[in-house]
Amino acid sequence: MSKRQHISAVVNGDPVDFLTDPGATLLDALRDDLGLTGSKEGCGSGDCGACSVILDGRLVCSCLVLAVEAEGRRVETIEGMADGSKLHPLQQKFLEHAALQCGFCTPGLLVAAKALLDVNPDPTESEARYWLAGNLCRCTGYDKVIRAVMDAAAELRQVRV
Amino acid sequence: MSHVEFIAPTKPEQAAAALLAGGAHARPLSGGTDLLVQLRSGRLPPGLIVDLKRIPEAIGIRQEGGGFVIGAATPGAALSEHRALGLAWPGVVEAANLIGSTQVQGRASMAGNLCNASPAADSVPALVAARATCVIVGPGGRRTAPVGSIAIGPGRTSLAPGEFVLEIHLPPRPARSGDAYLRLIPRTEMDIAVVGAGVNLTLDGDGVVTEAHVALGAVAPTVLLVADAGAALIGTKADEAALAALDAAARAACNPISDKRGTIEYRTKIAGVLARRAATIAYGRAEKRA
Ligand SMILES: Cc1cc2nc3c(=O)[nH]c(=O)nc-3n(C[C@H](O)[C@H](O)[C@H](O)COP(=O)(O)OP(=O)(O)OC[C@H]3O[C@@H](n4cnc5c(N)ncnc54)[C@H](O)[C@@H]3O)c2cc1C
Ligand code: FES
Ligand code: FES
Repeated sequence: MSKRQHISAVVNGDPVDFLTDPGATLLDALRDDLGLTGSKEGCGSGDCGACSVILDGRLVCSCLVLAVEAEGRRVETIEGMADGSKLHPLQQKFLEHAALQCGFCTPGLLVAAKALLDVNPDPTESEARYWLAGNLCRCTGYDKVIRAVMDAAAELRQVRV
Repeated sequence: MSHVEFIAPTKPEQAAAALLAGGAHARPLSGGTDLLVQLRSGRLPPGLIVDLKRIPEAIGIRQEGGGFVIGAATPGAALSEHRALGLAWPGVVEAANLIGSTQVQGRASMAGNLCNASPAADSVPALVAARATCVIVGPGGRRTAPVGSIAIGPGRTSLAPGEFVLEIHLPPRPARSGDAYLRLIPRTEMDIAVVGAGVNLTLDGDGVVTEAHVALGAVAPTVLLVADAGAALIGTKADEAALAALDAAARAACNPISDKRGTIEYRTKIAGVLARRAATIAYGRAEKRA
């Protein structure tokens, strides 16, 4: 076994410290060391997006990031999205539009959609579809997901004015 | 992935020394979108991983000497956010941005695309057509090499032990220059190129092509710079006769394989078609860039 390394990072605004094997992924560390099991492993190869997190402001697949790379960095996961018991508008709209069935892809889709609305509050439908092309969903057929994202974007624009 | 060791040096020379000391299983890490997939699948044996992202020169885009310097580990998302780069080199940026999903763009670099040495790497034909060079750091110091000299076969590079790419340089851009990259994939997103074509050209005041470079991906073991295809455009206004000559030259240069994505005949035909279309787009962009 390689020597475990001590990592300090900021996850969802909170400073965290953990010990990790240098070969472990950020997804492993989030789920197994920090108990944040919202991010899922669908493929482990960057294809499905179920493990999506925001790392220093950029959307990434946490299955393709080493946990040791997170030293000193900021990580945002699905667990940081709701404000206490108040759901984020994206989460609320996913429920209203029935944009999930089994829910396995949902945390990744929500994080990816949030990253989109952070940089582009008024996306066209086709921009939203391209942005989310790296998030695979086996159940919904995507239409309801896109409707929820467009609706949440509209609501967030209302809140901003 | 046990038995992996990891370091993140801040100086290029430290990275080169560590890579040399780490031996055959030591690997530079940029975005990890190839490296971590290969390590996790067991295709690569575990060893020392040298993260380049804490080396200041390896990150970011700088305008220097009339051209652009792109840090080796700069992710695709940063390229698309850089306005001046997109105006000067729209073809290079569109090629890099075709790599994977938004998530992959958050990490994937052009140097990683280049050094992974896939014949279908999307950013490489655009970089080769752009006459880009790379600054390579190794145990013996620094050297500069054309981007087209890095890959020597599928998965194999010309980099010596301990060497890695620190920067990619795009040359100064004359007025009335344009570039474009097109690839064919069976779907609209997230697939590997059946063929890729990059064209970069410069016009004179009358719209006559004075310089042209055409590069093709996925039609040979490495990306091809097709000199005859570029020559077919020079002295013309990229009219139908010139495009037909370019198409024929592109097809003649192809040496592809048949696989599930396309047969030899299909790839060869498409190489000509994409080269033609990319040339037309590059020409239109050059006319607009006074
Ligand atoms: C879901 C998915 C979709 C993809 N789609 C595409 C696509 O459409 N088109 C495409 O071309 N590719 C695609 N790829 C492959 C990959 O994303 C690209 O090749 C990417 O550009 C690699 O860059 P990276 O920074 O992640 O490289 P890394 O994974 O960090 O490195 C790749 C290789 O290069 C070496 N290396 C990295 N940096 C350097 C350096 N500076 N100097 C020397 N060696 C170095 C590494 O040791 C490794 O061997 C895809 C990958 C995934 C996971
Ligand atoms: S688990 Fe990371 S992309 Fe599928
Ligand atoms: S809801 Fe089941 S995978 Fe998307």
